[in-house]
Amino acid sequence: MDTAANLWPLLGILVVVAGFLLRTNPVLVVIAACAVTGLAAAFSPAHILESLGSAFLKTRNLPLILLLPLAAIGLLERAGLKEHAQAGIARIRSATTGRLLTVYLLVRELAAAFGLTSLGGHPNMVRPLIAPMAEAAAEARVGTLSEALRHRIRAMSAATDNVGLFFGEDVFVAFGAIVLMQTILRAEGLEVDPLHMALWGIPTAVTAFVIHAWNLRRLDRRISREHLLRERELRR
Amino acid sequence: MIAIDFFYLLVGLLFAATAVMNLRDRGNPRRFTTALFWGLYALVYLAGERLPPLAAGLLMVAMALVAGVKLVAPGRAQAVPEAARRASAARLGHRLLLPALAIPVVTMLGSTLLKDVSIDLGTFVEPLLDPKNLTLVSMGCGAIAALALACAITRATPLQGVREARRLIDAMGWAVVLPHMLAVLGLLFSEAGVGKAVAHVTTSYIAMDSRLVACAAFCIGMALFTVVMGNGFAAFPVIAGGVGIPVLVGVYHANPAVMAAIGMFSAYCGTLMTPMAANFNVVPAALLELPDKNAVIKAQLPTALPLLGANIVLLYFLM
Repeated sequence: MDTAANLWPLLGILVVVAGFLLRTNPVLVVIAACAVTGLAAAFSPAHILESLGSAFLKTRNLPLILLLPLAAIGLLERAGLKEHAQAGIARIRSATTGRLLTVYLLVRELAAAFGLTSLGGHPNMVRPLIAPMAEAAAEARVGTLSEALRHRIRAMSAATDNVGLFFGEDVFVAFGAIVLMQTILRAEGLEVDPLHMALWGIPTAVTAFVIHAWNLRRLDRRISREHLLRERELRR
Repeated sequence: MIAIDFFYLLVGLLFAATAVMNLRDRGNPRRFTTALFWGLYALVYLAGERLPPLAAGLLMVAMALVAGVKLVAPGRAQAVPEAARRASAARLGHRLLLPALAIPVVTMLGSTLLKDVSIDLGTFVEPLLDPKNLTLVSMGCGAIAALALACAITRATPLQGVREARRLIDAMGWAVVLPHMLAVLGLLFSEAGVGKAVAHVTTSYIAMDSRLVACAAFCIGMALFTVVMGNGFAAFPVIAGGVGIPVLVGVYHANPAVMAAIGMFSAYCGTLMTPMAANFNVVPAALLELPDKNAVIKAQLPTALPLLGANIVLLYFLM
């Protein structure tokens, strides 16, 4: 094992891929992959459990971002936050789902590029505000939405938040990824200015905006198609 | 000092409340096992580092098994009828937006302005906010401020807030713990040397004798490895060390800044395509109550794939 890498732990990856393809419950897939990876690396069962346990405790800061806002968001939902957001967007005549989400994409990406990554997120922006507004903008044009279209609009709202965040934050110099890249390149003997890495990210950030905005226009076209079909059915 | 431990305690209490509320909910067909699941998770936050690693490992496996055989179910939600919500929305108007905006505003204030503020009690000086977890702690303060504002505006009690949080946690179910467990798998992967094995395979079996092939191998390798690991930060060191530095910089004299920037963005294309990045892709699907847990990934594919292609072209011409 000193010069040639031990290839057996790759079995863990195989378990993950197979598990997701077979649509097994992801939590079970993760545990199975942990067991296979650990055994393939010749760890004893006690060693595996101890590694899992200390990692489980060490990473328990991860779910905080999701969990902490829930009480406030839940109360606001109960008091009609979604309905308020929907009534607001329905009043703007020029608003379409695609345009609304494109504006959100722009704001999210620019804010993230200036380091304001907390301006957004699934629990505190997408669920209570962005997705309901995107749905309401479509309803204002089409009337009631089919379930499939409603789900597509919600999924696109979540996707827009992700795209804006990912391709904005890497343009910000003080972001963790830039620091990580600098550290790794330095370990390999390459000295790179963080500002240059941030600047060379801009062409991709712009391309990401253009491609996603185009996909949002396609969503708008799909919504109008549904509208046309609905009207034709009504005329019959 | 406001430390992260305070928020661990809060989250532990929230899970304990979720467990108790489910245990007492006769409308939940799986109330005992559901309470067990959330109770075990509460223990992780309440006991924290006092748990021996072996016990924590057993606890994680037990939680996974309970969730994996579908013994975790949502309780009966006491939803407010839509007409009442509309009336309340009309009455409260834009005031409803204030608490929602308090979270980002307080987070930003905490992580910028209050960063260097410390408490000074003569002999006892320490920073106000835990400097090692500045963003998380600031966001926690924002969440508390938002809850206080929401209670004041809607005239509800904090206990009602806990009930609402339980409703949302119930609706997400096991998806709440998936990102956490995937992070554990990621750490185990690196301990077992999975990264080294992947780097060995990619560098030994792909011939990189043309500039375009090298660019494509680098970008696609980043994306694929991220799809597997669920995290671009895990992929970057492996693929940059295996392909980026020796081949792109070493053989084709690429500008390292371009290689790094476009490499990381290629990894992010992978993040958009994988259920392993559960907190970005699977949790939102649960949060938005979508029946297809892969719906967000499907919505992202038409952006991620063309963008990966664009990255290869950009890298080829810019490096």
